[in-house]
Amino acid sequence: MSAEFILQQLLNGVSLGSIYALIALGYTMVYGIIQLINFAHGDVMMVGAYTGWYCTTVLHMSFLPAMLVAMLACSVLGVVIERVAYKPLRKSTRLAALITAIGMSFFLEYGMMFLVSPQTRTFPPVFPQTIYHIGPLTVKYGDIVIITVTVCLMTLLTVVVKYTRIGKAMRAVSFDKEAAALMGINVNNVISATFAIGSALAAAAGVLIGVYYNTVQPLMGIMPGLKAFVAAVLGGIGIIPGAMLGGLALGLTEVFVSAIGFSTWRDAGAFLILIIVLIVKPTGLLGQNTREKV
Amino acid sequence: MNPRKNGILSLLLVLLCSVLVLAGCGTPAAPATPATPGGDAGSAGEPINVGLNLELTGSSAEFGLSGQNGMKLAFDKVNAEGGVLDGRLFNYISADNKSEAGEATSATTRLVGEDVIAILGPMTTAAVLGSIQIVTDNNVVLITPSGTNARLTVNEDGTVNPWIFRACFIDPFQGEVAANFAIDALGAETAAIAYDIVGDYSGGLAENFKRTFEAAGKTVVREEQFSAGDVDFRPIIENIKSAEPDVIFVPAYYTDDAHFVLQARDAGFTGPIMGGDGWGSGDMVGIAGADNMNNTYCVDFVYIDDPSLQDFVNEYQTAYGRAPDGFSVLGYETASMLIEAVKNAGSTEPEAVRSALENLGEFASISGVMTFDPETHNPAKNAVILEFVNGVREFKQIVAPK
Amino acid sequence: MRWEKNLILLAAAGVFFVLTSILAGRGLISRFVLLTMTQVCIYIILALGLNLITGFTGQLSIGHAGFMSIGAYGAGFIMKTFDVQAGPTLIFFIPFALIFGVLVAAAFGVLLGLPTLRLRGDYLAIATIGFGEIVRIVLLNTKALGGASGMPLKQFVGWGAAYWLMLLSVVLIYNFVNSSHGRACIAIRENEIAAETMGINTTKYKVMAFAIGAGLAGLAGGIYANHMYMIQPSTFNFLKSFEILVMVVLGGLGSITGCILGAIVMTVMNNALGIFPEIRMIIVSVLLVTMMIFRPNGLMGTTELRLPFRRGPFGTKGDMTNGG
Repeated sequence: MSAEFILQQLLNGVSLGSIYALIALGYTMVYGIIQLINFAHGDVMMVGAYTGWYCTTVLHMSFLPAMLVAMLACSVLGVVIERVAYKPLRKSTRLAALITAIGMSFFLEYGMMFLVSPQTRTFPPVFPQTIYHIGPLTVKYGDIVIITVTVCLMTLLTVVVKYTRIGKAMRAVSFDKEAAALMGINVNNVISATFAIGSALAAAAGVLIGVYYNTVQPLMGIMPGLKAFVAAVLGGIGIIPGAMLGGLALGLTEVFVSAIGFSTWRDAGAFLILIIVLIVKPTGLLGQNTREKV
Repeated sequence: MNPRKNGILSLLLVLLCSVLVLAGCGTPAAPATPATPGGDAGSAGEPINVGLNLELTGSSAEFGLSGQNGMKLAFDKVNAEGGVLDGRLFNYISADNKSEAGEATSATTRLVGEDVIAILGPMTTAAVLGSIQIVTDNNVVLITPSGTNARLTVNEDGTVNPWIFRACFIDPFQGEVAANFAIDALGAETAAIAYDIVGDYSGGLAENFKRTFEAAGKTVVREEQFSAGDVDFRPIIENIKSAEPDVIFVPAYYTDDAHFVLQARDAGFTGPIMGGDGWGSGDMVGIAGADNMNNTYCVDFVYIDDPSLQDFVNEYQTAYGRAPDGFSVLGYETASMLIEAVKNAGSTEPEAVRSALENLGEFASISGVMTFDPETHNPAKNAVILEFVNGVREFKQIVAPK
Repeated sequence: MRWEKNLILLAAAGVFFVLTSILAGRGLISRFVLLTMTQVCIYIILALGLNLITGFTGQLSIGHAGFMSIGAYGAGFIMKTFDVQAGPTLIFFIPFALIFGVLVAAAFGVLLGLPTLRLRGDYLAIATIGFGEIVRIVLLNTKALGGASGMPLKQFVGWGAAYWLMLLSVVLIYNFVNSSHGRACIAIRENEIAAETMGINTTKYKVMAFAIGAGLAGLAGGIYANHMYMIQPSTFNFLKSFEILVMVVLGGLGSITGCILGAIVMTVMNNALGIFPEIRMIIVSVLLVTMMIFRPNGLMGTTELRLPFRRGPFGTKGDMTNGG
């Protein structure tokens, strides 16, 4: 294996991992705030990809406006899903909420399949097909867009969560819902805002995946959704930098398992690493060990 | 209401619903064809039930729906012409197998219970394997449009499965044609193969390509595998690129292969890329891009832009608002085989239909003449090799079966 | 009094079986309905196993399809290796194959049970999803077991065997949860630390629950393999695990009759809606979400359905699960 080969694979891993990270962020935020594994998240991403497809193909928008429209549409969708399906269950068992999430996921997948048929759709060329040669590496225009968009959104999210009122409220709610409510925070609005932001990030990821791989289809959210959840757990669920780290770790693992000739074991490798990490450090890479109080 | 009463009530309700629903299953679905004019209830006017066991949802739904469209077109056409056997019309009953072998077994069981004379489908090998025993026990013929594995019709001990037929060619022929084309027309000395391990179609083609290619003294320098539905092929493309093959053979379905071609071109591989008849459906060029598809070739059973096919293409376009693909053609031919067999048999007796299918001999359908071997139930048909030139499939050569 | 009531139940089960057999023999029950009933039995066994792990012991597992596939392939492997044909040898080979599948699945249950000593709740859930997917990928890559094209088998286990094995599983789980072991498991669900303080060996019981639950899934897999003609890895993906979990939660976690009910509802609904393929999953998902919103604890909650006797066998010993 030459150094160029390794570098090129490294780049492939980073670009794949960035997408996982972007989806994982939504998972992690929702989990951090209401401890719900939102299995429908990957399908929200799919809806985002379809919105982006519609905007570029039918309405002939360019990439950035299409992505913004998709983000807006999905944040509304996220809030609606939360209000309709999850909010009534906030007081019941977490398993009931989990099953509802699975139900929502099926609903989005098959509802979309009913609406648009299972046919695979393709994007018009929204990116220039430029390929840059940096030394021995070939870098696609799309790679640069993916990594740039991910970094920008991640930074923006960090700023929002750290310095804005809503961000502070989110942290307060995730820390202690009752206490936050006593301090005058409208918990419902904060949860809705979390869903809105998380779903918007998923939509961005959906449009990026759709454009980069040039396809959208109704079941495209299942595997990336599951992988992104793995990434979120790997990094430490509920922790925003953890999602980034987990996504990159997952992307790199997959690429290197394939590169050494075990491409069909790729997903198994990813899950194996997850299980090992969980056994060694059950709260994930960046998670803090909390001692259970009796 | 106390929880105990509540529970009993729920149970009773559920049981009631189950019974009602199951009772509902027993009655056949509403006929998809208009009632026979005249309304005579005699056996002469009775509709002929045909079951379509297809991938209508799940991962292969796109192929199943295309196949179903093709079949319906063929049946609707013959019904509009007055049906067969003195005015008997075909009544097709669709069942979804969710692209899963176990569900295909359920669907076959259900259809057999609705007095069908034949089951068309499933599309994939594993799903057909789950249905063989049921159709054999119930004397119903099964014609698979696209199950390519040789062991569907011929058992390991060489005996033929009497009730199983197919409309597509089997893996060995296609793999050989592709390998010979790579050697003769492309002058390849080395090849790399990437195939999907989730279905057995792709692996079968890869294996037979490799056998022919190596028998000619050439080398396969790299073999890579992937799982259908993957979208990221960059790691394995890097591996293949570093082995520097003259040609890459990627015999999977079109979405996987289009992603592969796109990413291989982006990674700087400019050599020829080849595929099988899985490329004949869907929008390969749309995904991979017209420029990237230059210098790619595929083996297929039909050249859909052939002038002789334009009637079919137009009819299909009118009926469904989109262009037909390879699976539509196969679906249409599957239904045509059955229609022809019923006509030849002169009845819908199971054994008569079976024997008529077995002795179909030379059967001219839209993709050309298929010759059925009664010993193997496999059709022999011409293979065509197509080249993509600026996004358009161009006819390259035709290979007759041995 | 108890044995009398049990006898009545057994007789009722026997009458039901004889009745269905006669009706099926006369063609009054179609093959499709019989297949649906067999599938119901398979899913009841699966749901019982998962209910023991998740409902009674409180360990969230979403890898049940993995155990099922291990049992299916284990049983299939025996049938293939010995090239079992129809005939008198079946009396030996069928139990052998099924038991082999159960044992292999149970062994993997122990293996997966061990990490649960460190993992809780959602972390355990994702680890079990991972386990199920790893099993599927291993099977996909194992050419000796048929790889992606699957393993074609013959149908040797019919409705009768599936029915009686299902009843056996119900009795097994009923007795287990009503034994001191079962109560220990429930104690772990309610409060693990308190249970440990009371001297319950939580490690032992968690692993035990996983082993029994996995073993039952293995049994269901073995029946599936010998009934459905064909097993292939993609049948046992994580969506199948979801399906089983849905049955258990829909019926009521920690309720035996509840999970039986859940399995019946889901299987019948699935097969009956086959006539509307395009909207089937939309209907299922909408029902699922509405159901969870209006009855978040499932059809039965943690209560059991009892026979309408004043002191029936399901009622005399007090409520076994109504702990919380």
